Amino acid sequence: MGRTISEKILAAHSGRQEVQAGEFVEASVDMVLANDITAPIAIREFGRIGVDRVFDPAKVSLVCDHFTPNKDINSAQQCKLVREFARGQDIPNFYDVGRVGIEHALLPEQGLVLPGEVVVGADSHTCTYGALGAFATGMGSTDIAVAMATGRIWMRVPESMLVVIEGELQPWVGGKDLILHTIGDVGVDGALYRAMEFRGSAIESLSMDGRLTMANMAIEAGGKAGMFAVDQTTVDYVKGRTQRPCMVYASDPDAVYVDVKHYRAQDIPLTVSRPHLPSNTAPAAELSSVAIDQAVIGSCTNGRIEDIRVAAELMRGRKVHPYVRCIVIPATQDIYLQSVREGLVEALVEAGAVVSTPTCGPCLGGHMGILAEGEKCVSTTNRNFVGRMGARTSEVYLAGPAVAAASAVLGRIGIPQEL
Amino acid sequence: MARVWKFGDDIDTDQIVPGRYSPYMTSDADLPKYAFIEFRPEFPKEVRPGDVIVAEDNFGCGSSREYAPLALKRCGIAAIVANSFARIFFRNAINLGIPLFEDPAAVQALNDGDVVELDAAAGRITVGGRTIELRPQPRFVQDILAAGTIADYIRDHGRFPGE
Repeated sequence: MGRTISEKILAAHSGRQEVQAGEFVEASVDMVLANDITAPIAIREFGRIGVDRVFDPAKVSLVCDHFTPNKDINSAQQCKLVREFARGQDIPNFYDVGRVGIEHALLPEQGLVLPGEVVVGADSHTCTYGALGAFATGMGSTDIAVAMATGRIWMRVPESMLVVIEGELQPWVGGKDLILHTIGDVGVDGALYRAMEFRGSAIESLSMDGRLTMANMAIEAGGKAGMFAVDQTTVDYVKGRTQRPCMVYASDPDAVYVDVKHYRAQDIPLTVSRPHLPSNTAPAAELSSVAIDQAVIGSCTNGRIEDIRVAAELMRGRKVHPYVRCIVIPATQDIYLQSVREGLVEALVEAGAVVSTPTCGPCLGGHMGILAEGEKCVSTTNRNFVGRMGARTSEVYLAGPAVAAASAVLGRIGIPQEL
Repeated sequence: MARVWKFGDDIDTDQIVPGRYSPYMTSDADLPKYAFIEFRPEFPKEVRPGDVIVAEDNFGCGSSREYAPLALKRCGIAAIVANSFARIFFRNAINLGIPLFEDPAAVQALNDGDVVELDAAAGRITVGGRTIELRPQPRFVQDILAAGTIADYIRDHGRFPGE
């Protein structure tokens, strides 16, 4: 019987010829990740397990990206705790202000994740790395403590669900629109416990940035992972980022899927998720009556160079609407520098946007753009739950960078064609 | 005697403990005070050790932040019964030693404010004189619960449960 890419990667990491969906395995991990809000609990639990050293310092990444640069004394204490642990354990992949980027943009960029690897992270959006053909999934801090101590993790091999998108994308439509559209169809638990696997000509033509955006939001459909086949785009992306060898796995033609969804790319419009669930989708063009107070372009979902390019292209020579605060956050230092070199930062600042240092800040209502009562925000982030970005009565509309940038200029939800 | 706190679909971890109430933004000791603080403000005031949470679909979706289940544990929640759980919450709760039961029939039978008697180890809940048998948990989950948490298990046994 055929196997999926997820089953093959998990079999290889648990010393088995093959494994089947539904089985529990104990898999070895190639990278263990935590950030400044999840690492402290993991470090505390690590201490309770009774081991002194992490299993392999080179296979642990600690990324202080959520409340950095530290917004207050408490968050500074927290980062200090992570920093001291990293130094004490000689962890080379500790990322502090000046080197730090948003974790799920940073790890692929730095070559810390490769095809065929198993990555676990104390952050739900760890599923992002499925874009590279790695099996990556989010967990809690205790799981990460166990993984740091043992280099292993218990896991149930997930069933897989196939999402096939064929055809050519409409103008300005990107990975974000494809994944929002999919979640709108299957629901926030439509892929619960499952690995989503993306395939089809529209997926093959997608850049790595677009794939990372899609895999990132598999969790918003309840998914355990969001898997993409390794192809030339993957090989080109990985090349030059690391010397580590990697293994490429591919789903068999007769692999078993519990569900298959087919979409035609030409039917997928620029899409927005209305409050308060990512599945509450509508075409952006139908929401022009929604006036906005803030637009955020950034995050582990859409803070990559292509996203910043789209924003700058639409805002160059235009002005952010006087009633809107527009916050642009390149996700890593490399993306920031690239944005400066390409003149994107200049275009954005001239338009009246602010361009921030890398941080997760506003996405989780942490800092750098909290919403007041009743305010509305168009955001390229990944969650629009009640109160996610601030006051309980505030509202978040999720969109891709084209809709967010167009909306910032228009002062209401809109699409580039209206500019 | 314990009471049932019933919730609907898609209760996300930001509703259980909003990000801005996370332990280091406030203090670790205060964590139980922030369980459902905005979503259901009477919860942290009235919840008693031994109480049971009952929810519909996809309980605990969203962020992996472990202080959501940790806050519930520190409130003394004895078990959570739901139609389904979001998977990261599911792992976190098991690892922390909170008994979880996926049991739609039980969810249907239990209402907010019900007074119940729970035997989590036996998988049994009694309401209004009627006893509901809950779906049993896998062996390795029972092992973790018996040890306390997964960290306790690995410390005590030097290996993963179920090996």
